[in-house]
Amino acid sequence: MAIDITQFRQVFFEESLEGLDTMESSLLHLDEDASDSEVINTIFRAAHSIKGGSATFGFQELTSFTHVMENLLDEMRAGRRQVTPPAVALLLQAVDCLRGMMLALQDNSAVDQPRVDDLYAQLEALWHAAPDESAPAPAPTVPEAPEASPQGHPRGWHITFQPHLAMLRSGNDPVRMFRELTDMGTLTTRVDMRQLPPLTELDPENCYLAWELTLESVVDERQVRDVFAWVEDECGLTLTPLHAAPVPDTVPVTATPTPAATPPAPTAQAEAAQAAAPERRVNGERRQQAAGADTSSIRVSIDKIDALINTVGELVITQAMLGQLRDGFDVRDLDKLRDGLDQLERNTRELQESVMRIRMLPMSFAFNRFPRLVHDLSQQLGKKAQLTISGEQTELDKTVMEKIGDPLVHLVRNALDHGIEPPAVRLAANKPEAGQIHLHAYHQGGAIVIEVSEDGAGLHTAKIRQKGIERGLISADAELTESEIHDLIFQAGFSTADVISEISGRGVGMDVVRRNIKDLGGTIEVTSSQGHGTTFTIRLPLTLAILEGQLVRVGQDTYIVPLVSISESLQIDPPAMHVVAGQTPLYKLREDYIPIVRLCDLFHLPHDAATSVDSLLVVVEGDGHKLGVVVDELLGQQQVVIKSLETNFKRIEGVSGATILGDGTVALILDISGLMHLAQQHTGLVRRPRRLAPVQQAA
Amino acid sequence: MASILAVDDSASMRQMVAFTLKRAGYDVLEAQDGQEAVAVAKSKTVNLILTDVNMPKMDGIALIRALRELPTYKFTPILMLTTESAPEKKQEGKAAGATGWLVKPFNPEQLLATIQKVLG
Repeated sequence: MAIDITQFRQVFFEESLEGLDTMESSLLHLDEDASDSEVINTIFRAAHSIKGGSATFGFQELTSFTHVMENLLDEMRAGRRQVTPPAVALLLQAVDCLRGMMLALQDNSAVDQPRVDDLYAQLEALWHAAPDESAPAPAPTVPEAPEASPQGHPRGWHITFQPHLAMLRSGNDPVRMFRELTDMGTLTTRVDMRQLPPLTELDPENCYLAWELTLESVVDERQVRDVFAWVEDECGLTLTPLHAAPVPDTVPVTATPTPAATPPAPTAQAEAAQAAAPERRVNGERRQQAAGADTSSIRVSIDKIDALINTVGELVITQAMLGQLRDGFDVRDLDKLRDGLDQLERNTRELQESVMRIRMLPMSFAFNRFPRLVHDLSQQLGKKAQLTISGEQTELDKTVMEKIGDPLVHLVRNALDHGIEPPAVRLAANKPEAGQIHLHAYHQGGAIVIEVSEDGAGLHTAKIRQKGIERGLISADAELTESEIHDLIFQAGFSTADVISEISGRGVGMDVVRRNIKDLGGTIEVTSSQGHGTTFTIRLPLTLAILEGQLVRVGQDTYIVPLVSISESLQIDPPAMHVVAGQTPLYKLREDYIPIVRLCDLFHLPHDAATSVDSLLVVVEGDGHKLGVVVDELLGQQQVVIKSLETNFKRIEGVSGATILGDGTVALILDISGLMHLAQQHTGLVRRPRRLAPVQQAA
Repeated sequence: MASILAVDDSASMRQMVAFTLKRAGYDVLEAQDGQEAVAVAKSKTVNLILTDVNMPKMDGIALIRALRELPTYKFTPILMLTTESAPEKKQEGKAAGATGWLVKPFNPEQLLATIQKVLG
């Protein structure tokens, strides 16, 4: 029966890549606490599993590579080798290299052979330069080749087999060995019962019997001993060759005849054949597998699938219930119909939630790369930093997750490069030598909040202000609050040559970070305290497909304002309206003035006659600014499914998409920052900070 | 048909072993570490145990020791999956009560041949 084991390769790749992640994160822990043997064990186990699997599934290149790693790790866990930072660094590189090899094997692309060879050589060199005890014997102990008998082949063997009393307790049954011997040739057995005690003293768990066996077969001694290999230490065993008849000429003396049955422990040839056989099949099948691996996939926990199936089950029940009502409907059944529809609504909502949950991944997917990043970067920069992560189980939509990775990397890089001070500076400032970087995620309302904070130097307000003036982002006499100054770092053109370093200066400024986050419908804010550190707070919608919206009416049309952008809604109080120079209408909201814009003007819509009296003001926030949007009526809040306009139509400023409402009409979803931009163009409205001072004087 | 408990923390190895044995008509139970294996062995009757050595929580050696303490499994064949690079594990396993071992890497045919010999 030929069994194709290539079908398990995908699973092998998946688990091995996971194993590599485990190795990586454990190696990073090892850095901090070299004495933790459980950590070394974990790393060793992962390497060991990868080696075993790759050998089984026929990836020799992976096997030999992991083999050297395993040797090193084995010495480390046995305490024979010290865990040094260079060794850890080399192992980390080896993990990267293995990951590259595996991905290349998976999609059948070329392996970076020079890198593999280089790292392999480095690992070998480290292993041979055994630091403590002399290097232990190399591990790949190939079983010795069977010796050819000097007297020619015996025609068989006389075997004395005397099991120790306890042999049965290891689950070894003499019958198994006899069966195996029978497979090799003709076996005659004679039982030796001399050790059998009187019945009263007999312990049925002991083996009192011994055997005299004669095996007529041209097998060599090794093959016979292999049959008893498992009980070598549990029996007395002597083998005497039978030499009566001459060896037939047809059997070459030097060649080892292959017995009909394979002995339990693999011989050298069997092992070699096994190693070679799958390898021959590799090329043809890798291609097949690559085609399957290409499609982007998502791992979903069984719980989520079960919840989904459960909901679908309920939906089917509801459908059946409504279906029964349809046949011979009577007005008296109206209540039942209502109940059924209520239930349908509930089922639909649950179904939607279950389906959405399938796309959700824990934040650890994005956070996992950071321990390594911080480790490598801090070494590169000569700084000390500890990374702590919390809330990594917080879930986020897969698409959002994929897109938030780069901005997060940028923020963490910045935190190390610009935030955390060099150890000497920190000590001088009475801070612990190692800086703290904290990644934290949590849910708040319908959004996820991700914080990147560090206890470094903090933003230098005066310097930023100075640079802002130099870059023409603010006027020299602008009166800005500290947070408004900090906000300048997100302006395009703020990141300049003198802050570019090898780490952060990759041509991407904080303006790009903000733009990427904005594209995801999110916001980013910074708070900083000089000398104490900086915190970036990112707020993102949980999903890009569904939005919590406020429905508003303007004239005959309905628009949707994303609920996350709304800070408040209020009835317009006419005396609070101000029109100042440049015709920018402003509204006095408590102690503040905010610019207001009429949607009907902006979109050239007919509106209710009594607008300014009865209208409502929806105060929205975006890019750190507030804007009052005048609408005719607030209709209600609901979840809306976002449909892209760009796909089938074109991009419209101030509109992020469309949705279909319950009555079948289409409503546009407002894009708040686009709206602000549009309002600026429309009314000549300029950014609030520069306007703030004169307005307050006028009021 | 005999039932076999396959214990391995590596899903691919476990699946390969289970697939091979099921195709040959055995009943196969699976566990991914020693602790799970003990629980399975206690709840079901198993005719043979095939266990990896290096596993988290409870490794193969500890599992063998634990099983041999259960009256039901005093004489049940327990095979370890070892590697050539760790010959000392064979001795450790034997001392703990293992019946024998199977050296990784092995192919499905070798696995079946060994199992069939042990179970007869």
